[in-house]
Amino acid sequence: MRTGLLAKKLGMTQIFADSGEMVPVTVLQVSSRVLGSATKEKNGYSAVQVGFGSKKASRVNKPLKGWYAKIKQEPCEVVAEFRVDEESALEVGSELKPSHFENGQFIDVCATSIGKGFAGAMKRWNFAGLRASHGVSIAHRSHGSTGQCQDPGKVFKGKKMAGRMGAERVTVQSLKVVKSDDEAGVLFVKGAVPGHKGSIVRVTDAIKKASPSKKVL
Amino acid sequence: MNILEKFEAQQIKDLTADKSIPSFAPGDTIKVWVKIKEGTTEREQAFEGVCIARKSRGIRSAFTVRKISYGEGVERTFQLYSPLIRIELVREGSVRRAKLYYLRALTGKKARIPAKKRGLAKNKLANQSAK
Repeated sequence: MRTGLLAKKLGMTQIFADSGEMVPVTVLQVSSRVLGSATKEKNGYSAVQVGFGSKKASRVNKPLKGWYAKIKQEPCEVVAEFRVDEESALEVGSELKPSHFENGQFIDVCATSIGKGFAGAMKRWNFAGLRASHGVSIAHRSHGSTGQCQDPGKVFKGKKMAGRMGAERVTVQSLKVVKSDDEAGVLFVKGAVPGHKGSIVRVTDAIKKASPSKKVL
Repeated sequence: MNILEKFEAQQIKDLTADKSIPSFAPGDTIKVWVKIKEGTTEREQAFEGVCIARKSRGIRSAFTVRKISYGEGVERTFQLYSPLIRIELVREGSVRRAKLYYLRALTGKKARIPAKKRGLAKNKLANQSAK
């Protein structure tokens, strides 16, 4: 398993494929650097620590400042860890470019979805709602019954009801890479990616598709 | 300009490099030649009708063409910058709306659009044929 990388969602647009077909794409800005690693001997598992973007030195707290000084790297905006095979470990300071992912390969993208606030059962759980007529009043978008009668005499835990929706960690699997452009530092992914514009997303090789032929760096 | 806008601008530039898109507005009658692939051969098919709506969003711009085909109203939405199409301006029409969705409810004589006056249309057509 290779390492993934961090990217910033810039937004969506469309491009025309060679066949002339229109393809909806999400544009991800890639700028990731390897900051460290976890090894089996030391930590019990192997992983790569990846940082995204840059951060003012004055915004870094003391313990982290010490860590950055030790690894001789500029402070990063966001740091994340990706589990890898032992042979896929990378050196500190190596850059992860968009070409880490080939054109046409599949990726998984993980991010915090856009918050929807307090949402009703129809929006949150795709309930059908109540009827438009036949005596229904004021409750057209309500969820209807939430259970039985005196026995069990309670609403079961986990019952799907209205409540806070979105702003949770979501992974979208098997998205196709339409184009990876090292020059502009961006990755074009077919389809939508969770999160709002400007949010940081985790991009990894798709777990449900064959891994790319290319070896790490 | 951010990276996304730059990319879109570059794409428009590349797609319009070897073809010109005539300026047309809702109400104009246009002919859209669509490239169709049949096995190995490629041919062009025309779709002629009234442009009833235009959407201007840079590379995501599109327009809708409506025609009456065998007595049935048919609408088709095209991507303005699609490499598969070629647009030809047939006739300019005079309308007072940006979106002509009211045409859907009309048929026959009522659905006609008067031609644009003041010789403007003529000039534009002449320019196009000169090109």
